[in-house]
Amino acid sequence: MTSAQSDLELEEKGTRAGTSYLAEGYTLRSWLTTRDHKRIALLYAVSITLFFFLGGIAAALIRLELATPQGDLVSADTYNKLFTAHGVIMVWLFLIPSIPSVLGNFLMPLMIGARDLAFPRLNLASWYLYLAGGAIVLWALLAGGVDTGWTFYTPFSTMFSNSHVVLALTGVLVVGFSSILTGLNFIVTVHTMRAPGMGWFRLPLFVWANYATSLILVLATPVLAMTLVLVAIERMFQVGIFDPALGGDPLLFQHLFWFYSHPAVYIMVLPAMGVASEIIPCFARRPVFGYRFMAYAILAIAVIGFLVWGHHMFVSGQSVYAGMVFSLLSFMVAVPSAIKVFNWTATLYKGRISFGAPMLYALGFVGLFTVGGLTGLFLAALALDVHLSDTYFVVAHFHYIMVGGSVMAYLGGIHFWWPKVTGRMYSEAWGRLAAVVIFAGFNLTFFPQYLLGYAGMPRRYHSYPEEFQLLHVLSSAGAVTLAVGYLLPLGYLAWSLRYGRAAPANPWQATGLEWQTASPPPVHNFAQPPVVARGPYAYHTQ
Amino acid sequence: MSVPFYLLPADGAQSATRLDSLALCLLLLTGAVALGVLAMMIVFCVRYRASSKAARGHPPVKDLGVEIAWTLIPLLLFLGLYAWGAVDYAALYRPDPAATPVFVVAKQWMWKAEHRNGRREVGELHLPLGRPVRVVLTAQDVIHSFFVPAFRIKQDAVPGRYTAIGFTPSRAGEYQLFCAEFCGTEHAMMTGKIVVMPPSDYARWLAEGPRQPGMAERGFALFRSYGCSGCHAAGSSVHAPDLTGLLGRRVHLQDGRELTADEAYVRDSILVPRKDVVAGYEPIMPSFAGQIGEEDLLAIIEYIRESGHDQRTERP
Repeated sequence: MTSAQSDLELEEKGTRAGTSYLAEGYTLRSWLTTRDHKRIALLYAVSITLFFFLGGIAAALIRLELATPQGDLVSADTYNKLFTAHGVIMVWLFLIPSIPSVLGNFLMPLMIGARDLAFPRLNLASWYLYLAGGAIVLWALLAGGVDTGWTFYTPFSTMFSNSHVVLALTGVLVVGFSSILTGLNFIVTVHTMRAPGMGWFRLPLFVWANYATSLILVLATPVLAMTLVLVAIERMFQVGIFDPALGGDPLLFQHLFWFYSHPAVYIMVLPAMGVASEIIPCFARRPVFGYRFMAYAILAIAVIGFLVWGHHMFVSGQSVYAGMVFSLLSFMVAVPSAIKVFNWTATLYKGRISFGAPMLYALGFVGLFTVGGLTGLFLAALALDVHLSDTYFVVAHFHYIMVGGSVMAYLGGIHFWWPKVTGRMYSEAWGRLAAVVIFAGFNLTFFPQYLLGYAGMPRRYHSYPEEFQLLHVLSSAGAVTLAVGYLLPLGYLAWSLRYGRAAPANPWQATGLEWQTASPPPVHNFAQPPVVARGPYAYHTQ
Repeated sequence: MSVPFYLLPADGAQSATRLDSLALCLLLLTGAVALGVLAMMIVFCVRYRASSKAARGHPPVKDLGVEIAWTLIPLLLFLGLYAWGAVDYAALYRPDPAATPVFVVAKQWMWKAEHRNGRREVGELHLPLGRPVRVVLTAQDVIHSFFVPAFRIKQDAVPGRYTAIGFTPSRAGEYQLFCAEFCGTEHAMMTGKIVVMPPSDYARWLAEGPRQPGMAERGFALFRSYGCSGCHAAGSSVHAPDLTGLLGRRVHLQDGRELTADEAYVRDSILVPRKDVVAGYEPIMPSFAGQIGEEDLLAIIEYIRESGHDQRTERP
């Protein structure tokens, strides 16, 4: 593969390679028993979309309640259950599996020139585990809900909450195993199944990002599993682990929980960085700036991200010295993130930039991630965190990273690879419109929350003092806009499945290996195993 | 929406002004970076849009010098910000011997406070203006968090241990107290009022109210009734450390460690005596875990503190 091939050649090769993976079988059984990574990616796509809208409904009810200072729409307990459901669903059932399990599943083998993941059966098992865990969480919600917050802080969760804590924990635990298996599958695949010529520094940054994410999934998730088991043991058998009344230590829980949950933030955002690193060079028609620095930055974030968990505990009563070390490391982890933002910006320099829908999402991602990352510095600065911790400032900060960053990038990726995945083109105008609506709605929803936080509005409040109402109303209005923005793609993407124009093999003239096969790809991905002779971003502006 | 909204909460403590400066400095710096990045993105997007004829000869794919520069410059700025935040943070937790301790016990869903002279209050906390204060916190059930936006102060109240935070109220008035750590059904209703009053008014306020023995006085009675005095009183035949003036003293432990005795240390020594055995003594003290309530513990600690104050004059 020394030069880009014409679409015609590719179609021809694709046809020779056999039927498209979508035509492999049409029965429900053929989908539920598939071992094809591309089909499993679609199974994930459908299931996480369901959970995304479920979590979104909880968020909508929260924002509706907060439109007035009084707790008048739902009761305090219901409100507490709503934000818990929103957090648990969005973190474990949407964000963590989103980019890795959908886009990663579909693209990792294609991008490295492999026929499938290393363990196709394990891949399907991961999806079933995910589904089982999701079902258990749903069961917990339907049985009456959980009111601990997604953080399950002890001793509230172990000895004081009268809700379905153990059931929800079990669901999260099962989903965790799905994460571990996916991570394992990706690691082995990247190590052993790269096509001839595909050296480590020819890997697309999307592969680097998912590889680093997989390391975190495999190393951090078991700690979450142990922690959840300990919570369940204390709750069911009154064994003193976390509750001081039983001889336990409540801060131990926070250390264990954040040892997983801080790296989990990077599980959510590293793959998003990978997506942006694919889209931006393609639409700027030039190689990504500083490829190696980008790859090293990904690894640095993954490694340092393991050492900053204590920054969630600056006011918890942990020692002042521990606070100082965690603060310093938190500033350190911001350095590679800054490098990435600068490199994406520099990638636009001397490009030949067009503004397709994927590019709008990617640019939106860079902007929102930058704001989210910079406000993280406020929270890393110890004395300032004493004021801002547990306020809406924190809520705004992590939504900028996880929604503004990860969800924006996920949608960008969905648009970018939609033609490859489905073989159809969506309406470009609708795609751009949705990107703009989501960007505007997002900022309107979450920017006021920074101001609320600095002014002293604590998070997880069912009712609040009147002076905060104006900003809460703005935020709720933004949430309505955002909801419309999220429903738009559901409509026009679904429409494209039936009425969209057939997609060529390489509609964006991209240089990644996944574009060197038919759209949708044949069952075994490539007609012949590809041989790689160049880096991943061989774009020319001329 | 009739109540006016202020972006900056009132600054009711000395630390608040310093903290706002740090926030402003960070805002200017991060704002400049964000605007810089945004401006570059917009300039590039316009100048190098597909239809423009701008020169594009040899777009750079790497430039080690530039990349090292934009790694090291943020790194150095971050180190400066880190140091600023860390210094101010440490100041909040440095025990000030002149600070007036106030004891706050949080429970679902209320704040209870006790002053040294034994005056108690619920849902309100009266504090003297311009005097350093040290709030010592604990919780009876789950974790709560003592949050006064006007002071830019927050500290979790954790069951089973003491936490403390120090500050100096700088403006008389009433300020909101919030619980910032989610603690169950009525978390949002677990609010209170901080009343900062001139020292003379505060002294008068302390003297009013239902008469009851001061904390130290009550602590002395408990010190005897629990039998502490049997070993720790001067002239006892049992070899136990003298507790006079213990709070704030450096203590050498048997295992070579050294620490400054604070409320948490005394509490642990009563409930888990084998944890920090003083050098030169046998670990013979029995544990009182489960026998003494939180408020009695605080009173005993207060008695020990007072016992060292006999010669001093800095009473409120």
